[in-house]
Amino acid sequence: MTPPATPARGRFEIFLGYAAGVGKTYQMLDAGQELRQKGVDVVIGYFEPHGRKDTISRTKGLESVPRRKLEYRGTLFEEMDTDAILRRKPEVCLVDELAHTNVPGSERVKRWQDVHVLLDAGITVLTSLNVQHLESLNDQIWQMTGVRVRETIPDWVVDQADEIVVVDVTPRALRHRLERGVIYSREKADKALENFFTEQNLSALREIAMRHVAHEIEEKLSAQDELAPEDGAVPSPVPADTPRRKECILICIDERPSSIVLIRRGRRVADYLRAECLAIYVCRDASLASLSAEDREAVERHLGFARNLRIHTEIVEGLDLAAGVVQFAHEHGVTQVFMGRSVSRNWKQRIHGSTLQRVVRLARDMEITIVAERRR
Amino acid sequence: MPDQRPSPEELLRRVEAEERQAGRGRLKIFLGYASRVGKSFRMLDEGRRRKQRGQDVVIGFIQSKVGPEVQCLVSTLEIIPGLKLQTGGTEEEVLDIVAILKRHPQVCLVDELARDNPPGSRNPKRWQDVQELLDAGITVVTAVNLQHIAELQDTIEKITGKRAQQSVPEAFIRSADEIVIVDAPPEDLQQREPGNAADTRRLSELREMALLVAAEVVDEQLHQCLQLQGVEMFLGSQERILVCITPRSNARRMLESGRRNAERFHCGFLAVYVRQTGLAPADEELVQKHLALAREFGADVHILDATDSAQAILDFAHAHAVTQLFVGHSLTSRWREVLFGNPLDQLIRAADAMDVRIFPHRASS
Repeated sequence: MTPPATPARGRFEIFLGYAAGVGKTYQMLDAGQELRQKGVDVVIGYFEPHGRKDTISRTKGLESVPRRKLEYRGTLFEEMDTDAILRRKPEVCLVDELAHTNVPGSERVKRWQDVHVLLDAGITVLTSLNVQHLESLNDQIWQMTGVRVRETIPDWVVDQADEIVVVDVTPRALRHRLERGVIYSREKADKALENFFTEQNLSALREIAMRHVAHEIEEKLSAQDELAPEDGAVPSPVPADTPRRKECILICIDERPSSIVLIRRGRRVADYLRAECLAIYVCRDASLASLSAEDREAVERHLGFARNLRIHTEIVEGLDLAAGVVQFAHEHGVTQVFMGRSVSRNWKQRIHGSTLQRVVRLARDMEITIVAERRR
Repeated sequence: MPDQRPSPEELLRRVEAEERQAGRGRLKIFLGYASRVGKSFRMLDEGRRRKQRGQDVVIGFIQSKVGPEVQCLVSTLEIIPGLKLQTGGTEEEVLDIVAILKRHPQVCLVDELARDNPPGSRNPKRWQDVQELLDAGITVVTAVNLQHIAELQDTIEKITGKRAQQSVPEAFIRSADEIVIVDAPPEDLQQREPGNAADTRRLSELREMALLVAAEVVDEQLHQCLQLQGVEMFLGSQERILVCITPRSNARRMLESGRRNAERFHCGFLAVYVRQTGLAPADEELVQKHLALAREFGADVHILDATDSAQAILDFAHAHAVTQLFVGHSLTSRWREVLFGNPLDQLIRAADAMDVRIFPHRASS
C-alpha cells in the first residue's frame, strides 16, 4: 500500500511593517487581488479591518472563510477557522497578523501554528507582521520604546518564509495617518502619538525592519550558494583568507530573569554569524532536585524558552559552575560563551575570583561575551 | 553616518541651516531596487491621497510607458506638459520649469529623477530642475532607481555587469526630507516583465543593497532627530563594534572577528587605542602594527589621550553608540588585581549598556 501523497508545501510570504498603520494588510490584500485577477483561487482566512475604510475596500470581490466563534470567560471571540479553510482548500489564503495569540481553548496556541497547518496542506499563505513581534528583538524594543511586546514570534518561523516584503512609509506620513484618525480612534491615537509612535521610535523600528529584511535576503543568497555554487558567480565580498571552523555559541542559563535577555541576544548574534547555538544550565544534579521549587521552575522555563527558539539545551552536572561551563564548551567545539553579569560580589568571590573571571581564565581559546543589561 | 554627538555649536549651526531651509519645499523620494517594482505607482498614489486631502498637486513629469493601473492614477491628476526638445532626430521631454514655477502648485510629482536633460536645457540634470522647484518652495515627490545613485554604480556594475548611463549624486538623495523604500519580491518583477534579463539572484542582491542604503539614511535621520531634541539616548537600532587595542592584545584575532561581525551585521566598525606612556620600543612597535592592521581591515581608528583608560574607552563607546565592545585579557592575574580589580573588570562592570566580548591574549603573552 502506498502512503497518500503529501502535497508540496505552500509558499509562505510575509508583508513586514514597522508599526501598525504602515499598510501591511492593504498590501497583502492588494497582492491577493492581483492573484485573483490572474485566475488564482484566493480566499481571506483572517482579516482584521480595524475600521480602516481604505483597507476594507481592498477586500472587495475576495471570498472570506467565516471565522470560528469561541466563548472564553463569558466573552465571544472570533478566530481563524483553520479546519474550514482546509475543507475549502484554496490555492492561496490571506492571513492577517501572524504574531496573534489565539484565545485559550483554540486548537493551537499561536496563529503561526495555524499557518503552518495551511502551508503543510499545500496552501500558499500571504500574511502580515510587525517587526517588533520578533522574539529576539523583544528586549531591544522594550529598551527603545518602553513597550514590552507580549505577542512574540520565534525568529525561525519568519526565517522560513519564502519571501518577506518590506511595507514602508515614512514616520511622518504614519504620524499624519494617526492624527487623521485613520489608524486608531481619536483618543487612542493621541496616546499612541505621545508614547509608542514618536518619531524616534518609529525611525528606529523602521531601520530595524529594513536591516532585518536585508539580512534575510543575504541569508537566502548564502544558502543558495551552499547548495549550488554558481558558475562565474560574483566573488563574495568576504575574502576567503582562511577556512574557519563553524562558530558555536554557548549560552549559560541560570534561574535569574536576565537569562531570557541572554537567550534572545545569543540567538540573534548566532543567526547573524550563522553560528550554532546551545544553552546549558550547570547544576549539582541533573534532576534539578537540589533547587528550590521556585528556582527549578525558573530554570525549566528558561530552558523551554530556549528550545522554543530552536536552541539545543542541556543540563550539565557539576559542582563548579565555571569548570562545568568550560568543560562542556571544550567538548562541544564552542567558540563563544554568552554570560550575564554576576551580581554577588562577596568577600569570598574577591579572593577566588567571580565565576566570570574564572570562566575567562579557564576558557583559554574561547571568547566570552558578557551581555548588555537592558534597562530603561 | 554621524559617529559623534555634536557640540552645541554644531547644533546651533544645524538649527540655522534648518531655518534657512524654512521656505524650501520638502523632497520625498521613492527608492526602488529595479525598474517595475512600483515606484511610479507609489508616487502617483501619494499624489492622489494628497489631492484627496485638499493639497494642490500636479504632475511635472511621468514616463510615457505606464501600465493601466498607473494610467488610471495619472488621469485623476493635473499634468503640466513637459517641453519637447529635438536632439539628434529623437524627441525628448524635459520638465517645463517656467510653467511649473508660474503655476506654483504645493506639490509636484516628478518621475525618473535620474534623467539627463538634452543639451541646451535650462539644467543639465533633472535633479537640478527638482532643486529649483524645492528652492521655490514647491514640495517634490519623486522616484528613483537604486542603479542611478552615482556612488553605487561601481558596485552595481559588479553585480549586474551593466552600468546605468544616468545618475544622481548620493548627496542629493540623502538631502531628501523623506525616503521611502518600494519593495517587491523579485519573482513578481519577472512576472511583470517576463523578458527581464536580470535573474532572481542579481535582483536579490540589488534588493538587499537598496534596503541597506535606505536603512543608513534612516539611521542618519534618527540620529539627527535625537540630537535636535538633545536626547542622550542609546537606541541600538544599528550594531556598532569597537575593538580596543593594547600592545599585548591578540589584535589580529580581535580585528578579524570585528571585521567579520561588521560584515554580517552591516554595521560600523571602530578601533580605539588609549596612548600609553613609557612603552618599551617593542611594545610601541606592536601597537603601531596593530593600528595599521585595523586600518587595513577597514576599521575607523581613533587614538585617545587619557589617564583613565577604562573611562576613556567607555566615554568613547557611548559617544559612538557602540553595541559590542571587544577587549583582550591577559591570562596571568596578580593577587592585587583580584582584590582591587583591574581595568578590564572595571570596564566590564561599567559598560553595562553594551555587550563586552573578551578575547584571550596571544598564547605567548
